[in-house]
Amino acid sequence: MAETGESTARPISPHLSVYRPLINMVMSILHRLTGAALYVGTLLLAAWLIAAASGEAQFARINGVFAHPLGKLVLFGYTWVLLHHMLGGVRHLVWDTGRGFSIAQVNALSWLTIIGSVLLTLALWMVGLTLRGAL
Amino acid sequence: MVGYRTPLARVRGLGSAKSGTDHFWKQRLTAVANLILISFAIYLVVRLAGADYPIVKKTLARPQNAIPLLLLILSGVIHMRLGMQNIIEDYVHAEGYKVAALLLNSFFTALVGLVCAYAVLKLSFGA
Repeated sequence: MAETGESTARPISPHLSVYRPLINMVMSILHRLTGAALYVGTLLLAAWLIAAASGEAQFARINGVFAHPLGKLVLFGYTWVLLHHMLGGVRHLVWDTGRGFSIAQVNALSWLTIIGSVLLTLALWMVGLTLRGAL
Repeated sequence: MVGYRTPLARVRGLGSAKSGTDHFWKQRLTAVANLILISFAIYLVVRLAGADYPIVKKTLARPQNAIPLLLLILSGVIHMRLGMQNIIEDYVHAEGYKVAALLLNSFFTALVGLVCAYAVLKLSFGA
């Protein structure tokens, strides 16, 4: 049958924008984003190791960058990103065993990931700062 | 399902991409390794945060620290490469760009891994 020229409202496939964000969906997206961020963030570790291997002057320079408020903010963010991706990974390993797939369990695991990563990040920085006598 | 596949293909079970569960398995293998090795690295970094250069140098040069670090670098870059490959294959559909991105992914992870390993070895053998 030929089209009359008027556009027909056809059903379209539902996509991201039509869904209300659910916690497991947000954690899934965050897992990918934190993974990609860590990919780039590895350059921080590389820079630190290169500086340490290059001598005292270079090491002092990189420590200066990391000690700057902006540097600290990046490192703090890096810590959270790392821990969030780690906990998200543990959640995936649990799922790999075939467990934790009920809606209640999926939601609980998702909340554990986000709350756990924030608490662990704060705890780590408190330990680190206390060891340095800065807290 | 009508069996159009050869008995050999069924036995190998590698599917159309010819690599079977290889990607999945290596992602999990390195994930478990990273869990252990990253935990150690976090401990090391927290302990060394703000420490003087001679102490950092001496600590990183010790084999009980250098070897886990080298293992982490190896496991880490393999995990990074597999993960980024997933992202590229999900979002980059134009064949040329996709192949270029996959190539760059391999080059980048190999370079980062070797640079880090070189630094650790240099510290170990007397930087």
